[in-house]
Amino acid sequence: MHIVVCTKYTPDSEAKMSVDEAGNVSWGDSPLIINPWDEYAVEEALLLRDEYGGTVTAISMGPEHALEALKHAVAMGADEAIRIWDDVCAGSDTLATSYVLARAIETIGDVDLILCGKSAIDAETWQTGVALATRLNVPSLMYTINIAALDPDAATITVERLLEQGRQIVEASLPAVVGTTKGINEPRYTSFMGIRKAAKMDYPLWTLEDIGADPDRVGTSGSGVRWPTVFEPPVREGEAEIIEAETVEEKAKILAEKLLAEKVI
Amino acid sequence: MTNDIFVWVEQFENEAIGASWEAVGAARSLADEQGGDVVACLFGGDGVEALAQEAFAYGADRVLLAADATLSDFRVEPYAELLAQAVQNHEPDTVLVPATFRGRELGPALAVRLETGCIADCTELAFEDGQLMATRPIYAGKLMSKCAIPERRPRVFTTRVRAFSKPEPDAARDGEVVELESTVAEDQIMTKVTGFKESEGGVSLADASIIVSGGRGVAGPEGYDPLQELADMLNAALGASRAAVDAGWIPYEHQVGQTGKTVSPDLYIACGISGAIQHLAGMRTSKVIVAINKDPEAPIFKVADYGVVADLFDVVPALKAALAERVD
Repeated sequence: MHIVVCTKYTPDSEAKMSVDEAGNVSWGDSPLIINPWDEYAVEEALLLRDEYGGTVTAISMGPEHALEALKHAVAMGADEAIRIWDDVCAGSDTLATSYVLARAIETIGDVDLILCGKSAIDAETWQTGVALATRLNVPSLMYTINIAALDPDAATITVERLLEQGRQIVEASLPAVVGTTKGINEPRYTSFMGIRKAAKMDYPLWTLEDIGADPDRVGTSGSGVRWPTVFEPPVREGEAEIIEAETVEEKAKILAEKLLAEKVI
Repeated sequence: MTNDIFVWVEQFENEAIGASWEAVGAARSLADEQGGDVVACLFGGDGVEALAQEAFAYGADRVLLAADATLSDFRVEPYAELLAQAVQNHEPDTVLVPATFRGRELGPALAVRLETGCIADCTELAFEDGQLMATRPIYAGKLMSKCAIPERRPRVFTTRVRAFSKPEPDAARDGEVVELESTVAEDQIMTKVTGFKESEGGVSLADASIIVSGGRGVAGPEGYDPLQELADMLNAALGASRAAVDAGWIPYEHQVGQTGKTVSPDLYIACGISGAIQHLAGMRTSKVIVAINKDPEAPIFKVADYGVVADLFDVVPALKAALAERVD
């Protein structure tokens, strides 16, 4: 099986985000990491490779920072990693990004399964996986919490998707795009050997020309969405009103009265 | 192109999801400002037609109805294909979709088919100088972004659950039902839904108006029992911090925070949760936050409206008793 994992880099989830007057977003001294949801995708790809054999290729569209995501995937055990970028890619929304990723996957050719995180913790659009599946005209299996069955010869897959009311069980043909959510596996820690391998690895850079992509369909000209303003949300005012009383029962009574007065109960 | 606004009305087993009516309400306000009709798109299997009248009551002017066996379970391909064709035939300039799990798939699948933009998880939609601007949280609400789809049409938005208020239904409202034919035959669909395992009872985090949430302080799976009892009494959902989920005390479905669910209830009761930044990001837009924690220095008190510095195992049952005297 040839499995492609789509990854992206994000600021660490503990990062304190800020915006300066020019509108530039900063994550302070926090490290850049692989999008946490993508770690589940990489782990699942490695588990499937171990079971069925084959190759895992990690891809990421992005500037040099994107290497952070690819290095992590390789340190976990991915066999190959390709970065896709061209300066005109800057400002791409998911319409444009899914076009570039689809062109890259078609360039790789002969892919059996595409895995990605169900969303990314930075822009949180939840869109790229399903948009990519739509571009490739293959099934979209987002929010997958369990791959219940996979048959590479028959080219079929059965997954459980986590929806609001429960788990939807879906059978689909391969290739398909599977979006992974927490609970599907426990992503492995990177080993010293893995980190060394990732450091020595060669990361080919594919340009738009390499993937036969039309520059008018990427970046700002290929995007539907513009995001002119980013701002910090208003902070919640002041400190909590600490309920003081002699006993816990009295505190609970005062709190109950406050909540009834707020009309939230 | 018309000024009409399409809204996808999501239903599960022929019951509409509350967020569908929130989206209809958002569409109604926009349509009242820009002119044009609110058109509810209602797809499903047998029996879905019963929801048309509800759609009118909540503010739709017309309903596009497709009842077909291929549509009885949500699948993104036939739904997006049918919606794309309806858009091409009726030319709305805007499409709203509730940002539920299904809606978050349908929005982008529609947008790619139509080569247009989709803005996800909007918490506000308003015209500014004639441009429809969407406000949405990014980095789990640590920052906000204002975006627009200036050129392409239709513009597609998914509306975050509970961000828009649900209109008061008006049973006297009525409208026109237009029937659509499903356009994709079963053998052309690449997926098959073979089952559904419903979650065991309980209120779902996404649409709960009250959430009782527990963190490291609950100290084990059985520590959730008093929280569950309080939640049951208040018809609330049970939430959890990442620490508690990672410790295996409660399933991931309950996790609130940047790598869990982002919630915005009327009341969030945080029990034994210290308030790591990634947890705060997921619940800071709650209307009223109560923090119960033994540690007076816990960061959760910085975002809370009310705090009780004490052991949650004393406070939670006492709060339940105090409320039991006052509710019902």
